[in-house]
Amino acid sequence: MDQKGYRRGSFQSSTSDEDMLEIAGASLDFSVADDDPPLDREMGGFSSYNGGGMNGTSTMMDFLEEPLPGVGTYEDFNTIDWVREKSRDRDRHREITSRSKESTWALIHSVSDAFSGWLLMLLIGLLAGSLAGLIDISAHWMTDLKEGVCLAGFWFNHEHCCWKYNTTFTDRDKCPEWKSWSQLILGHGEGAFAYILNYLMYVIWALLFSLLAVLLVKGFAPYACGSGIPEIKTILSGFIIRGYLGKWTLIIKTITLVLAVSSGLSLGKEGPLVHVACCCGNILCHLFTKYRKNEAKRREVLSAAAAAGVSVAFGAPIGGVLFSLEEVSYYFPLKTLWRSFFAALVAAFTLRSINPFGNSRLVLFYVEFHMPWHLLELVPFILLGIFGGLWGAFFIRSNIAWCRRRKTTKLGKYPVLEVFVVTAITAILAFPNEYTRMSTSELISELFNDCGILDSSKLCEYVNDFNSTKGDDLPDRAAGPGVYTAMWQLALALIMKVFITIFTFGMKVPSGLFIPSMAVGAIAGRLLGVAVEQLAYYHHDWAIFSGWCSQGADCITPGLYAMVGAAACLGGVTRMTVSLVVIMFELTGGLEYIVPLMAAAMTSKWVADAIGREGIYDAHIRLNGYPFLEAKEEFSHKTLAMDVMRPRRNDPPLTVITQDSMTVEDVETIINETTYSGYPVVVSRESQRLVGFVLRRDLIISIENARKKQDGIVSTSVIYFTDHSPPLPPSSPSMLKLRSILDLSPFTVTDQTPMEIVVDIFRKLGLRQCLVTHNGKLLGIITKKDVLKHIAQLANQDPDSILFN
Amino acid sequence: LYPGREFLFPQASTMFARCTRKCASSVLLVALLCCVLSPPAQASKSSEDIRCKCICPPYRNISGHIYNKNVSQKDCNCLHVVEPMPVPGNDVEAYCLLCECKYEERSTTTIKVIIIIYLSVVGALLLYMAFLVLVDPLIRKPDAYTQPLRNEEENEDARSLATALTPSGARANTVLERVEGAQQRWKRQVQEQRKTVFDRHKMLS
Repeated sequence: MDQKGYRRGSFQSSTSDEDMLEIAGASLDFSVADDDPPLDREMGGFSSYNGGGMNGTSTMMDFLEEPLPGVGTYEDFNTIDWVREKSRDRDRHREITSRSKESTWALIHSVSDAFSGWLLMLLIGLLAGSLAGLIDISAHWMTDLKEGVCLAGFWFNHEHCCWKYNTTFTDRDKCPEWKSWSQLILGHGEGAFAYILNYLMYVIWALLFSLLAVLLVKGFAPYACGSGIPEIKTILSGFIIRGYLGKWTLIIKTITLVLAVSSGLSLGKEGPLVHVACCCGNILCHLFTKYRKNEAKRREVLSAAAAAGVSVAFGAPIGGVLFSLEEVSYYFPLKTLWRSFFAALVAAFTLRSINPFGNSRLVLFYVEFHMPWHLLELVPFILLGIFGGLWGAFFIRSNIAWCRRRKTTKLGKYPVLEVFVVTAITAILAFPNEYTRMSTSELISELFNDCGILDSSKLCEYVNDFNSTKGDDLPDRAAGPGVYTAMWQLALALIMKVFITIFTFGMKVPSGLFIPSMAVGAIAGRLLGVAVEQLAYYHHDWAIFSGWCSQGADCITPGLYAMVGAAACLGGVTRMTVSLVVIMFELTGGLEYIVPLMAAAMTSKWVADAIGREGIYDAHIRLNGYPFLEAKEEFSHKTLAMDVMRPRRNDPPLTVITQDSMTVEDVETIINETTYSGYPVVVSRESQRLVGFVLRRDLIISIENARKKQDGIVSTSVIYFTDHSPPLPPSSPSMLKLRSILDLSPFTVTDQTPMEIVVDIFRKLGLRQCLVTHNGKLLGIITKKDVLKHIAQLANQDPDSILFN
Repeated sequence: LYPGREFLFPQASTMFARCTRKCASSVLLVALLCCVLSPPAQASKSSEDIRCKCICPPYRNISGHIYNKNVSQKDCNCLHVVEPMPVPGNDVEAYCLLCECKYEERSTTTIKVIIIIYLSVVGALLLYMAFLVLVDPLIRKPDAYTQPLRNEEENEDARSLATALTPSGARANTVLERVEGAQQRWKRQVQEQRKTVFDRHKMLS
């Protein structure tokens, strides 16, 4: 791994290379004229690694004189070269620091360069927070639009319409300004006909919103559909998807996210908010040269932007940073940790100042109670964890099966019709049950709520005994009829949500997963909580309850069970660990409930991992065939590098370019006949001694540019990669020097290197390809795609499913 | 002339030149979002935007009631808001213990501005889509638009080359031609994306 350092720093030991070769006893003809002396570097100036190879003294203009536009950039659907990007950034930084001593302008430039990262984080936080505020307020309004309209101003939703009016205690929703559709059209709101009219309007609005969403996605930005997190994970691991984080994708994703959420479909907005925040990050990177030109630095910014996205979705800055660290990012240097936290804080603060929910809360379902829990309640919490794990594994399996069917059969040819049908089914099934008619966030908020005297919802309709009420503290009470109705309605809602989410996630509208999973868990948790509460009330003399739950005490909090259930289900689906617990305890504002949350999260993860190893995002990555090298799994097979490298035994030999004996025409033939993304450069075909590696894209751009701009370059011109042109007869056409695009330090391994080490190298350094040598001679090449196919083959999966280059 | 000066202007001008085209749209986006942020910052607290909400549960034979009143935060308690007091003087304290008062504020201007911005963006997008689908094919010559459809087997290299060299190639002369060129490029991009996602199901299935 230290080859670059060896080249650069070993000026003193000028003969060590030759010494080592002689000691090894190699019988090569080591004539110095054949290849470059090992330490050929320009004195004095900066010889940048692979970009702009200047010689001579460095001047101010050298900094501006760049290599050809296009050299050093990447094609779409290709992997970046992390090592090259990082060293380019180090060179740039060294250049700026060394120049900062020369003039005041350069000093200011170096200070502003150092400061630009923080400024960028500030802008990302502001933009992400404002967009999240826009999404929240618009989604809130449009969700209520399905039910009625406010006469005082059409832009008010139900809650804000009735804000000024004194509503009654039992009917907190009714006020004269808010008219449901049947009231508006018919004049009254009661009766069967009014109910049918409301039903019809609800379904029509839902269909209208979802159709609009899918048409906008299809027409303007097809990349805006889905959750976005699997693709962002792949992008952050080094893949390039042009347009995925662009302006149009940002606009369309924001707009259609609101439409999709408002149409009543069983999806959430947290995953798409991460995509929106990353788009903001990518767009704002273009303002700063440091991040615009360097793909590795840009990915650091995108990690921070993802943290800001989760932070505004949940109002949890720390949870957002941990989510970015655990789930989304591939390389997360410590410097990014501090900056991500800053971006997440700024985003949360911006959202808070926009105040979408009217009470300085960032999330609708903020929990405000702090009731204690007892150790024996860990048993139901672990039960909830097991349920969460089972549901998570079931959901992943069925969703992947459905998405695979959508990908391969005719179902995928009718995306608009699919959205229409799913929305129609969801709306038709959801309206009769009040718990599915309300938006999922409101449902979660109601389930998390601890019943007090001031609540008058159906779920809190317990049998009150007024004589024994002491102040605000309500004891465990017997369930009234309202609670029983609520229980079976919730059970129906649970079944519906479990099944409809399978078909909803992955449709061609922006869809997130967090809220539906939390809803399923919250319903299950609340059901279990009420059951335990009633059990404790009616059988307070049993041994397990008598110790801590005497009659008249308030011991069981069903709201807490709902919260633990939500965490368990979310953990079962996404397999988040630390970030999940931190997000949940930031939602509750206290550390009392860490132990139940952790117990449930760990149980659900273990149960789900026992059934299927991958979380939902990794499963989607594998389904789509993205070239994502999993960083968490161990490679445990005993294969060697020569089993994986190309060319295999029966393949034609490796396509190489010689360092000074090929003409422009030869190189163009090679480029046209093969489709490899890069070619090794060797000293000569007989010796196969490695000089370096050159990329296809750079070759094409340089040759085209040379043909146009440089005079004398024809098809028979010789291309040379050495420092000094090879001796040729004077009548030959002028030669083309392409040393500046040659990567002089490609990574090599020997053919006997175990694949464990090779996979480790690929993961830790982010390589695209690695050359394989045998006794010092070039033998073959291993690319990232070969590694992925090898892993897939050994895991008995289909190696042909790795699609991209 | 101090030494830095001759280098100052070329550097600054090249930096700005490189910045202009790419930055313009991003700066526009940031400016638009600043307009979104400024209403909440400047929103004056109109009288209908603050309230103190007191919820009082049923007490003895008095039913539950919700009281709203427009008072400041320090006056937001049961004694100031609950009017008329339904219980006689000696019971007031017991009644007020049960009541819960919360101070809330909102910004109607923010809500109005955001909803109107959202609806106008949706409307603009719908109009643009209608324009592209209905009007555009009529006023443009068909071959310029269907070209990408024919060249499906286009060599990736040639395409990447074209996109790499177009910035340095011949610049369109008038603003209109530049806008049209940008629009054609965007349409091609969207078509490529549509093929990848919807037809070949290569991504985002």
